Amino acid sequence: MTLDATEWDVIVVGGGNAALCAAIEAAETGVSVLMLEGAPKPYRGGNSRHTRNFRCMHSGPLSVLTDSYGIDEYYDDLLLVTKGRTDEGLARLAIATSEDCLPWMEAHGVRFQPSLSGTLSLSRTNAFFLGGGKALVNAYYNCATDLGVTVAYEAQVRHVEISGNRFESVEVEIGGETLRIRGRAAVLASGGFQSDIDWLARAWGEAARNFLIRGTPYNRGVVLKDMLDQGAESVGDPTQCHAVAIDGRAPKFDGGIVTRLDCVPFSVVVNKNGERFYDEGEDVWPKRYAIWGRLVAAQPDQVGYSLIDAKSRDLFMPSVFPPIEAGSIGDLADKMGLPRAEVEATVAAFNAACRPGDFHPTELDGLATDGLEPAKTNWARPLDTPPYYGYSLRPGVTFTYLGLKVDDTARVTGSGGLYDNVWAAGEIMAGSILGQGYLAGFGMTIGTVFGRIAGREAAAHVA
Amino acid sequence: MSLDEFQNAPIDEARRQLEICNACRYCEGYCAVFPAMTRQKQFASGDITQLATLCHNCRGCYYACQYTAPHEFDLNLPQALAEVRAESWQALAWPIGFARLFQRSGLAVALAFVVGFALLFWLARALPNGGGEGFYAQLSHNALMAIFLPAFLLPLVAIIVALRRYWALVGGGPIRARHLLSALHDAARMRNLDGGQGQGCNFEVEDRFSGARRSAHQLVMWGFLLCFAATSVATLMHYMMGWHAPYALLTPPKILGVPGGIMLVVGTIWLARLKRRADPELSAKSVASGEMGFVALLFLTGASGLALYAARNTGAMPLLLALHLGAVFSFFLLMPYSKMIHGFVRLAALARDAQDRS
Ligand SMILES: Cc1cc2nc3c(=O)[nH]c(=O)nc-3n(C[C@H](O)[C@H](O)[C@H](O)COP(=O)(O)OP(=O)(O)OC[C@H]3O[C@@H](n4cnc5c(N)ncnc54)[C@H](O)[C@@H]3O)c2cc1C
Ligand code: SF4
Ligand code: SF4
Repeated sequence: MTLDATEWDVIVVGGGNAALCAAIEAAETGVSVLMLEGAPKPYRGGNSRHTRNFRCMHSGPLSVLTDSYGIDEYYDDLLLVTKGRTDEGLARLAIATSEDCLPWMEAHGVRFQPSLSGTLSLSRTNAFFLGGGKALVNAYYNCATDLGVTVAYEAQVRHVEISGNRFESVEVEIGGETLRIRGRAAVLASGGFQSDIDWLARAWGEAARNFLIRGTPYNRGVVLKDMLDQGAESVGDPTQCHAVAIDGRAPKFDGGIVTRLDCVPFSVVVNKNGERFYDEGEDVWPKRYAIWGRLVAAQPDQVGYSLIDAKSRDLFMPSVFPPIEAGSIGDLADKMGLPRAEVEATVAAFNAACRPGDFHPTELDGLATDGLEPAKTNWARPLDTPPYYGYSLRPGVTFTYLGLKVDDTARVTGSGGLYDNVWAAGEIMAGSILGQGYLAGFGMTIGTVFGRIAGREAAAHVA
Repeated sequence: MSLDEFQNAPIDEARRQLEICNACRYCEGYCAVFPAMTRQKQFASGDITQLATLCHNCRGCYYACQYTAPHEFDLNLPQALAEVRAESWQALAWPIGFARLFQRSGLAVALAFVVGFALLFWLARALPNGGGEGFYAQLSHNALMAIFLPAFLLPLVAIIVALRRYWALVGGGPIRARHLLSALHDAARMRNLDGGQGQGCNFEVEDRFSGARRSAHQLVMWGFLLCFAATSVATLMHYMMGWHAPYALLTPPKILGVPGGIMLVVGTIWLARLKRRADPELSAKSVASGEMGFVALLFLTGASGLALYAARNTGAMPLLLALHLGAVFSFFLLMPYSKMIHGFVRLAALARDAQDRS
């Protein structure tokens, strides 16, 4: 069948969690659905294939979730990270609907598992996918296929044709051929723009060229930009992206979860000149994970070096790359390409500032340096037990904040008010809710909630 | 055996992949391999052999993995662990060379053995039979025992040697009854083939789940155990009660053996079909022939037994008897070198895992 031979009821742009939820909801009402996934099949599923859990409200134990997690607590957690930059109405809608999502997900093939070893702190708030996000994506593709959704891979949407307030067709490149495919409604779920490095560099500054992208190389914001160029309203800070500190040896794209490094609180972090630049022990790592992306981004060449000694080797989750190892701090500096004398001096000064006291790796132990600038306020133990280990750190971008503005039915706003037949879901509109910061597991919640709404609304429109 | 003997390419490749998994852990809920893995930070060769032996090639962790090729991490844990298993079974077997031969050309070896021994049994009819009746008109029971006892005991010794080597390699401690009970319990239910939540495995239907392999495997295992029980009971009846074969349908050997034979035949055909549908890139390709050879051996054992029972009063009986004896004989003789060894080593791995968890 040639895809451009018919007019489809609903065209879904993208192939991640939000797109799949929309396609499934729409197909369940019996309308014809075409899903255009820009990635080839082995890489289908965008950033969703890298996820591990979603954050879910629940008034009592639910599936793998313990205890309860109410709407207000959830909302407060969100406010804390976004510092108020959030649309309260949409946020509360996402939170309140998340409770229904879990059983819906299970009914559509997703399986959950108790929170993974090392993440017990999330067992109340976040439901983990058995096998991770790719297993979830696989389950949804199977479900969508069974419902009769047509899926095209390597289908890069270049342009969304809108006349007046109405969506008419998409221009899509499939296998070197450009097709114009007509549809009666569109759901845009093609993620953010973080993989377009030029765009990132224009937005953030040239430094962004040294950033690593944690997820798919296929989210280049083509559809987002096309919509904004046509006058769609935007939300979210166009200059910002969410970046965390990851292993500097990670691949440029798609390194995913295994490139995370949890050693910072137990280490001394220096820049390429061998100088410390921030309190490594400010707070427990999950709370400081994100700011270190920015801190490292502000250092020369956007790189940092985290140094530990043998005492701390087993205190954090193993990373995918083995650390660089040496018998002395000087040799470690040499091996890592750092100025030897400066690093030795920095570590010597740090060691001299350490004070005796009780060390507790899992809680704020108040073991602080004395008279050091910047101070290390917790877990400050001298680096004195060889072998010494070092990891390089680079900013790893998770997603960008700029997005399309939607209403509570996920309908997109253009210059002349809401479009008649264009909906958006997932990262492409998440800026409406997450103006800054990030709450673990909220990306999949937004995608699931608004993907489902968008699919239902689009189907109702064409029915 | 020194650990150095296990310093080989499959171990290194598995270690590379396990270190990625250990930093990820998304597959923790699929099977016993992942919880066992996360109890470690560094993997010695013995640890990797233990993890590989716990793996049942259900492939859940392949289809769920975000790092499979073309991704540069190139994860394919089911295959990496299968290669380690293949290597380790060869190295554990005694004598070593023969296991390699079986794994590379299993189908040919199995058929050659069955046909060869069937021929021998056929020729052995010329020996004086001391006036036996029924089957024993063909071959006296004592002659049978004289042939089968060593064929049973020698492989048993080889298996015990392999198990002791395995236990030393994985650093097992003193075994307690509860470790064995836990292992037997897991094996009886094939818990690790259920995908962690009963959804089954991804063996023959790619990223969809199916319980087919677990069911087929259960049929084979329980069918085999029933047949084995039938033979054991019959031997006891022969010597302790003077009650001689052939037995009627409503006697213990047949009550156990006929359903057992049917399960074995159906299960092996089913398994072979599933194996042919499964993606060969997710298992150890070098031993594919050995695996099919083993399935064929089990099939021939069950099928010839059933045929013999069905045709016991016809002229085909002597031929079928020779064939059945040839199949059973080959099966026992090849036990330490064929995939039969996996049943024993896997049980040991489960016991070791139970020990590790306690
Ligand atoms: C390493 C990592 C781990 C994460 N872990 C979690 C977690 O545990 N929990 C959580 O809630 N969130 C997590 N997130 C965030 C989460 O991945 C996103 O919030 C979520 O996946 C967004 O879903 P989506 O469907 O909007 O986008 P995606 O899943 O990224 O899907 C976008 C899709 O659009 C396609 N596409 C892009 N452009 C085009 C085009 N022009 N034409 C056609 N198709 C196109 C892409 O190929 C892709 O399939 C993580 C992110 C990363 C990078
Ligand atoms: S197989 Fe892949 S997804 Fe599963 S634990 Fe290993 S790296 Fe993670
Ligand atoms: S193939 Fe199955 S049994 Fe083997 S490690 Fe992967 S999930 Fe576990």
